[in-house]
Amino acid sequence: MGSKIKEVDLGVSIGSLRLKNPVMTASGTFGYAREFEPYVNLHRLGAVVVKGISLEPRAGNPPPRIVETSCGMLNAIGLENVGVNRFISEKMEYLQVVNVPVVVNILGDTLEEYREIAERLADVKGVAAIEVNISCPNVKKGGVAFGTVPAMAAAVTAAVKQKSTVPVIVKLSPNVTDITLIARAVEDAGADSVSLINTLIGMAIDHRTRKPRLANVIGGLSGPAIKPVALRMVYQVAQAVSIPVIGIGGIETVEDVLEFMLAGATAIQIGTANFINPRASEEAVEGLAKYVAEQKLGSIREIIGAVVIP
Amino acid sequence: MSQFQKKTQITRLERLGSDIIRITLDSPEISKIATPGQFVMVRTGKGKDPLLRRPFSISQVSNGRYFQILFKVVGRGTALLAHCREGEYLSVLGPLGSGFQIDYTTINCLVGGGMGIAPLLFLGKWMSRKCPDNLPLVVIGARTEGELEPLVKDFQEIGLSVYPATDDGSLGHHGFVIDVLKNLNLDAGSKTYVCGPYPMMLAVHLFCKEKGFSCQVSMETSMACGMGACLGCIVPVERGGYAHSCFDGPVFDAEELLWEVK
Ligand SMILES: Cc1cc2nc3c(=O)[nH]c(=O)nc-3n(C[C@H](O)[C@H](O)[C@H](O)COP(=O)(O)OP(=O)(O)OC[C@H]3O[C@@H](n4cnc5c(N)ncnc54)[C@H](O)[C@@H]3O)c2cc1C
Ligand SMILES: Cc1cc2nc3c(=O)[nH]c(=O)nc-3n(C[C@H](O)[C@H](O)[C@H](O)COP(=O)(O)O)c2cc1C
Ligand code: FES
Repeated sequence: MGSKIKEVDLGVSIGSLRLKNPVMTASGTFGYAREFEPYVNLHRLGAVVVKGISLEPRAGNPPPRIVETSCGMLNAIGLENVGVNRFISEKMEYLQVVNVPVVVNILGDTLEEYREIAERLADVKGVAAIEVNISCPNVKKGGVAFGTVPAMAAAVTAAVKQKSTVPVIVKLSPNVTDITLIARAVEDAGADSVSLINTLIGMAIDHRTRKPRLANVIGGLSGPAIKPVALRMVYQVAQAVSIPVIGIGGIETVEDVLEFMLAGATAIQIGTANFINPRASEEAVEGLAKYVAEQKLGSIREIIGAVVIP
Repeated sequence: MSQFQKKTQITRLERLGSDIIRITLDSPEISKIATPGQFVMVRTGKGKDPLLRRPFSISQVSNGRYFQILFKVVGRGTALLAHCREGEYLSVLGPLGSGFQIDYTTINCLVGGGMGIAPLLFLGKWMSRKCPDNLPLVVIGARTEGELEPLVKDFQEIGLSVYPATDDGSLGHHGFVIDVLKNLNLDAGSKTYVCGPYPMMLAVHLFCKEKGFSCQVSMETSMACGMGACLGCIVPVERGGYAHSCFDGPVFDAEELLWEVK
């Protein structure tokens, strides 16, 4: 299997970042990568995206934080994380040794926080790119999510770009009326790439207790249930911008990966599927290699955006 | 940290009561390294619904090759597992979590309620093999005799003294395990190893605190991954914030947890 993978060209580029294949892991579903060491040859992945990092450590929401729904799950983790300083001192060392590009997902309550985290990550060895989670509430603007207003999304992008020394990927929220407007706004503000989608906001109620199933009342929907929505949004955004699009949402198998790439994604991220099959990401890499060989493609790049609209 | 994702064959499926099932799985990898209190994540179906794996305590291992899970049918996932056939394969992740810390030098008492008895069987067997001169006492309870009797027998077969309790009085003490535990008049310095419904574990914890006994509890939470990736499986801790049941636990020193006293 290993030799087969070397024969075919799976390489893709996200701005100045060259990936050996388009398969990445989605933030918040792959820990800090080390958790998957027993299951995955991490160096074979295109990149890993780590759990969202804030300036200060966050404890996250009270339990219950997760509930299963039809073909999916809702989560309200509340962005629990160790904070940027402990991330750099405790988690990066391992990732540097593994030899896999590390994309650091960042989040904040204010523009200043985003800027500050980007500054602390600048020049940290092993950080290949920053992914900006803009689905967070802007504390200074009454808690409206940055990602829902084009001007605010652009401002965060510009703030991070100003300090970052690596490509900046802006992760879009699907909880908007027109995602292409946000995508264009962040492209204009200098984003090197956009990734989408983050989770769709949802809710579950237990009719017997009459209570919400999540302590936070609402949470983010992920998994196979959201795939058609994600695929549609990737397709629309890929038409609207000229920077590379990273597709996310319900991807489990190589077939799913191919569909997102056909819709216009240059790379993809695997999220919830990691919980069910920790090897999902590596299996997708193997599947892509097989596909390129069987289809006798010059490279995987040939299928990006190649969906045939009759 | 060794963990495996394995297709494991069901070598035996037993119905211990109308809705209590015991499945024996063939996996040398998992069986060789599992310790009492650890658990596995099991896929209950092949499709996308139900999506997530389900956590089950490892309830026995044998011959360094087989391990068992013991569960009650409470929902869709467990109902699907109950309909499996011998010879079929289940996808299992494990062994996961950190289990019980055993002290062989003192009086040990295993306290279980309902399906919380599952990990205690493994623990009891382990203790009796490692230290046959200091066998633990077993206090277990369930709703009725039908649920409890097969498990009482399992403990007795390995030579342990069992003190049962049932809600309806059909077997042993008529009432709660906590009453049985109190009546045992254990010596100072005794240790309890507890798994069961939250109110039961809380009662045992409060009693142990009063008596100065150490108390380890196995906490059940909802889990998406079982391996430290989702951060969904939290339990509040005394020092503030949360611990994660799937890697800090599921077994915790009861004193470290922040208990919700209703
Ligand atoms: C570490 C750990 C070890 C466990 N070991 C065992 C075991 O050895 N034997 C056993 O029978 N069960 C055990 N459980 C509980 C078991 O995982 C659940 O019963 C199972 O996930 C239910 O799946 P389901 O699809 O049948 O039910 P669902 O359809 O998911 O739920 C049905 C009902 O059960 C409740 N429920 C679901 N999960 C839990 C849970 N984790 N705790 C309490 N209530 C729940 C739901 O609220 C609902 O009312 C363990 C749980 C954990 C976290
Ligand atoms: C438990 C959980 C935690 C997540 N945490 C983050 C996070 O910290 N930052 C972020 O940008 N996205 C986070 N996400 C969103 C995922 O990265 C991904 O965008 C989403 O789950 C859709 O992909 P999927 O259907 O493949 O899971 C999280 C998702 C889940 C399920
Ligand atoms: S169950 Fe996912 S981190 Fe514990």
